[in-house]
Amino acid sequence: MSTTGQPHAEPFRVSQLLYDTRYRSYTIQIFALFVIMLAFAWAIDNAVRNLEALGKDIDFGFIFETSAYDINQHLLDYDSTSTHGRAALVGIINTTLVAIMGCITATIIGVLAGVLRLSRNWVVARLMTVYIEAFRNIPVLIWILFTVAIVNEVLPGVRSFRGEDAMSGLFFDSVFITNRGFYIPAPVFEAGSTAVGVVLALSIAAAWYFGRWARARQATTGRILPVFWARLAILIVPVLLAFFAMGSPVSLEVPALKGFNFKGGIYMRDSLIGLWLALSVYTGAFIAEIVRAGILAISRGQTEAAYALGLRPGRTMSLVVLPQALRVIVPPLISQFLNLTKNSSLAIAVGYMDATGTLGGITLNQTGREMECILLLMAFYLAASLTISAGMNAYNRSVRLKER
Amino acid sequence: MAGEKPVAFVAERQIPPSPPPVRTGGALGWARDNLFSGVFNSVATLLSLAFVAYILAMVVPWLFLDSVWNASSLQGCRQVDDGACLAVINERFLQFVFGFYPEELRWRPILAFVLLFVAIWPALFSSAPRKLLIFSALYPLLAYWLIWGGSLWGPVGAVVGIAIGWACIRFLPPLVRGRLDEGLAFLAAVGAGILATALWWLFCVIAFEDALSAVLAIGLEPVESARLGGFLLSTIIGVSGIAGSLPIGIVLALGRQSNLILIKAVCVGFIEFIRGVPLITLLFVAWLLLSYFLPPGTEFDLILRVVIMVTAFASAYMAEVIRGGLAGLPAGQYEAADSLGLDYWKSMRLIILPQALKISIPGIVNTFIGLFKDTTLVIIIGLLDPVGLLQPIRADQNWNGIVWELYGFIALFFFIFCFAMSRYSMYLERNLDVGHR
Repeated sequence: MSTTGQPHAEPFRVSQLLYDTRYRSYTIQIFALFVIMLAFAWAIDNAVRNLEALGKDIDFGFIFETSAYDINQHLLDYDSTSTHGRAALVGIINTTLVAIMGCITATIIGVLAGVLRLSRNWVVARLMTVYIEAFRNIPVLIWILFTVAIVNEVLPGVRSFRGEDAMSGLFFDSVFITNRGFYIPAPVFEAGSTAVGVVLALSIAAAWYFGRWARARQATTGRILPVFWARLAILIVPVLLAFFAMGSPVSLEVPALKGFNFKGGIYMRDSLIGLWLALSVYTGAFIAEIVRAGILAISRGQTEAAYALGLRPGRTMSLVVLPQALRVIVPPLISQFLNLTKNSSLAIAVGYMDATGTLGGITLNQTGREMECILLLMAFYLAASLTISAGMNAYNRSVRLKER
Repeated sequence: MAGEKPVAFVAERQIPPSPPPVRTGGALGWARDNLFSGVFNSVATLLSLAFVAYILAMVVPWLFLDSVWNASSLQGCRQVDDGACLAVINERFLQFVFGFYPEELRWRPILAFVLLFVAIWPALFSSAPRKLLIFSALYPLLAYWLIWGGSLWGPVGAVVGIAIGWACIRFLPPLVRGRLDEGLAFLAAVGAGILATALWWLFCVIAFEDALSAVLAIGLEPVESARLGGFLLSTIIGVSGIAGSLPIGIVLALGRQSNLILIKAVCVGFIEFIRGVPLITLLFVAWLLLSYFLPPGTEFDLILRVVIMVTAFASAYMAEVIRGGLAGLPAGQYEAADSLGLDYWKSMRLIILPQALKISIPGIVNTFIGLFKDTTLVIIIGLLDPVGLLQPIRADQNWNGIVWELYGFIALFFFIFCFAMSRYSMYLERNLDVGHR
């Protein structure tokens, strides 16, 4: 049926590799591949010869050797007889700790500052502008050093909590803010706390399920249920009941002054506090700008349209403005979280032992294995960033506007 | 009743409008509207004012009224007054600016700094004479020579290498015209040019330098890298990073958008790798690892290695910013360029990039600011930028225990530069805005 035969086949000429767009891209790519492989081969050959000249080799065995150094702040069991691998793990957990704490506080500060900067109140808006400009235009390293200096120089010493006219701690003498760091109560889990935990998990699941059920019901019957209060009750009441039924199995261990220092509770070192606060306030300034841009990106017409439909301001915010603003806000927000995590590597400047301080600091110096340590360090940060950005891309796809 | 008609009221003159109530106009009305429009707002205003007053009451006497400018030690300051001991900045100012650069040679970095403005003038303002671009192109080598010193013939040799490459590209194609296809000849000429430049740099520059130095020794006293420090060092790293990262970032962004799978994969890999790791790890690479990957025995200055890594770091971020600009252009622009028959490079150069770069100006300047701020990280690998100079100053027993003055001074320096950059970007945005969209 089809009468279109083969097009007139020209004999292939070598110049087609350069002039025919069908082939040219292959030529360019093969040439590029060749050049890149040549460059890599050259660099690796150099590295091999350099290492040989120094009598070194590539060997990751050191991570199973004894580290022989102490880490002053650790969440895992660790002492100087542990391995370098465990030291690195402690460092990674310390990085994660400061990153998570920082992301939470930075988000709170950033959202507050971003909203307040849009406020009609002239004084408040100007104050927020000053805050944002000051933090965006001064290096984070200076802020970190500065904050640690404030903790060390301005806060009261441990000594001032002792003796005749002793200061008392915050929150009924349970939190102590000193120039050595913060001392906060530690939770103590006794027998029966597992049951409370299980109840908590069940109520979270129930609250989530209730939300779904209420939405489905609203979709079918049009009746709106008080989801927020119901969820709050589901979350709190069973847990409280379980807590008292099991005889208060979770208690707080309050730090107390014994001798020259506080004993008990959780001790957050000055370097952790300084790093955490500086990173939060610094990143908060960037998040504030993101939040402001997100709110401004939603055109006024959206709010007016929602009012015209008869929605009250609260529902306008939660149903119309926020879902659209979040689409603008979340991607750069996540990249700020990543920046905060990467900036936490500046801990090395104030002596907080994060992944850079252990793996890229003392372990590197003690073992003299630069190549291996830095590769591992980069691999850790890379894995963390790529995981988070993969999650972010998935989110972006799910909220993307469906256009033509 | 007869004749008496009630006279309707007739206004003989217009009543002048009465002034608005005091409460809605003027400063008072403004304050009512903006500061005290509700309970919450009033509380917020009062709290903010109290906060500002508290900070000012703390800082103003300390910084202005009770500060001491002339003393030789912290104790000396405290004897005069208990405010800020600015005498330390007074004494160490030149060290903050130049690091340990030899005193009698300091005119050289100053001259380089002044010439920097001449070099960037044509880039910043379109009114500048175009011929100045030649000077801008030569400026990096000139600045290198001024700051590090050494024989003049080294930089001249480098320029000669570039000139040889350019001459190959310019003059080879006409020689073979007729015998070879035009495009092929051009490509061959480019290849020959790059090869000739590389060969010249690898094998001939040193001989050239030695030969000319023997005939006519023109040179400046060499200064080692270890003596560079302070704001001079920050500026060197920052300016080189900024100058290098923009073109590399553009190339990477175009590569990421390319249809050529391999090129795209390489660019994506590079960008994501660099963006995934903190700058510190890259500085560690510059410090400890980079020399492993170069031929054995290569001596390579630490500052130069740092500049390379900082440039690579900023390029990846720049590429993402520019990619945003490229993606922000409507597809019609690409199609229009294609339908005019422009080839890839022409359509990019004439149609796409001017618009894409314009919409990414805020992001580009933000990257510049970030890069400039990140230059402080070099203290971690032991370079003496302003933050790195704090340690030696505090270790000096005269100034032992001084904290806030030094941090404040360095912070002010960075603030002025970065704030100026962000204002310039706003000016540029307004200036280039042609009112589309």
